[in-house]
Amino acid sequence: MTLQGTSSQAAASRVAGVQTINPNARPQAGRRHVLDLDDFTPQEVDDVLQNAVAMREVQQRAIRKVPTLRGKSIFTLFYEASTRTRASFEQAGKILSADVINVSSSGSSVEKGETLYDTALTLQAMNADMIVIRHPHSGAPHFLARHLDASVINAGDGAHAHPTQALLDMFTIQQHLGKIKGVKVVIVGDILYSRVARSNLWGLTKMGADVTLCAPPTLLPPDFLNGAKRQKGHPFAGVKIENNVEKALEGADVVMALRLQLERMKAGHLPTLREYSRIWGINPRRMKLAKPNALVMHPGPINEGVEIDPEVAHGAASVIEEQVTNGVAVRMAILYTLVTPAHGGK
Amino acid sequence: MTEQAVETRQIMDADQVRRAMTRIAHEVLERTGGAKDIVLVGLHSRGVPIARRLATLISEFEDADPPVGSLDIGLYRDDLSTGGRPIMRPTHIPVAIEGRLVVLVDDVLFTGRSIRAAMDALNDFGRPRRIQLAVLIDRGHRELPIRADYVGKNVPTSMEEEVKVRVQELDGVDEVLIQRR
Repeated sequence: MTLQGTSSQAAASRVAGVQTINPNARPQAGRRHVLDLDDFTPQEVDDVLQNAVAMREVQQRAIRKVPTLRGKSIFTLFYEASTRTRASFEQAGKILSADVINVSSSGSSVEKGETLYDTALTLQAMNADMIVIRHPHSGAPHFLARHLDASVINAGDGAHAHPTQALLDMFTIQQHLGKIKGVKVVIVGDILYSRVARSNLWGLTKMGADVTLCAPPTLLPPDFLNGAKRQKGHPFAGVKIENNVEKALEGADVVMALRLQLERMKAGHLPTLREYSRIWGINPRRMKLAKPNALVMHPGPINEGVEIDPEVAHGAASVIEEQVTNGVAVRMAILYTLVTPAHGGK
Repeated sequence: MTEQAVETRQIMDADQVRRAMTRIAHEVLERTGGAKDIVLVGLHSRGVPIARRLATLISEFEDADPPVGSLDIGLYRDDLSTGGRPIMRPTHIPVAIEGRLVVLVDDVLFTGRSIRAAMDALNDFGRPRRIQLAVLIDRGHRELPIRADYVGKNVPTSMEEEVKVRVQELDGVDEVLIQRR
């Protein structure tokens, strides 16, 4: 696995057998898909964040319903379990008056062995306007995007990307701190397998944040130091790596803890969860090293007591629930962007 | 490819804009009997500062301080697939509009589709007793049966022409231009 491979262009071209990286994204003539943030320009990110402010207002109305996507069909196609991302897309689509149809791998023809391609063609035959896909394999959304007329939104693919999570994280930071540029964001935990961290790296570096990664050496992408980070001009060149969590947290504006999965221990990346918690866990004592108004974020679901102490996860600095609320607004903004002409649309 | 020549002509200067707004403010007071129960709602972008200025003028002329709201119609457009940059500004309606008289304020009245969308948007906030429309410029070419109650200036135009309203708050100058391609 390479961080170079975090680029959606790279992922797409890898399928075609060509390795490329996309250190400097260029503006897209018309955005039809949201596959990762690598091909977003800072202007595009800013547009989404601006629109999300307006969508938050719609969320707070007595009648949370506007006719924007009336007559449009959105299929959510989830090959992995999910509560918040799926419900968030469903809620976003419904507030915008789209018809939202949920398809899961369990209880569908996927269980009978239908391929991803055939399932997608079936949805296309039903005139899907947008397909929101979560898949355990990196690159699955890119595969769909190359074969379908519908807009494809990546709701998480393998360890590759989770662009809407990164956008909602940036929106939450901007709402609280008023900016993203220059904000010190410390991402702590399983960077190696985290699609959230990867998309956040693209988004945060593009928007000028000061990003520090903090993880056990076994959970950092092995080629990161020698790969993208060392390429002159690469967006990740300025990303810092700090092995000592207490040093990393000094002066942090945002502390983003990542979920640690039990499989990492079984795979030999960690001796024990207890040791991880003791050395890397975000607890109240460590949070005192961050700035007084620092935000605590987590993409969820949380392993309380492992990557983050319950006192921190539910404390005054935590914006974890707000991230969920903002997720709906950001996804509304994404759906709106995909049907409006300046960014393409069907 | 050669660039198309654009001929620009000023049709209102700052004084004319000020006089037109003053007249609209007086007309609103006359027609509403003192503007006691009205809410001014400006359509983004230039309708919002115009609505604020009308509210200031009304409060200068009469013992009334009408609340001013702002409305973005992006989510209510019926032409998402044909044009417009998809940047939305927050909608803010400062008071309950149920049973009140709402004056929608925009810079230019053209096809009427923006106003239709604005009325749809407004209905999601409550049921006003009456909705009126104030515009600085009416350039004609209506596609829907909509007319303005208060008009700063009627400007007959051709479809090849474009009317641009510039306001101090956003553009640093008050003027109305007409451009011909």
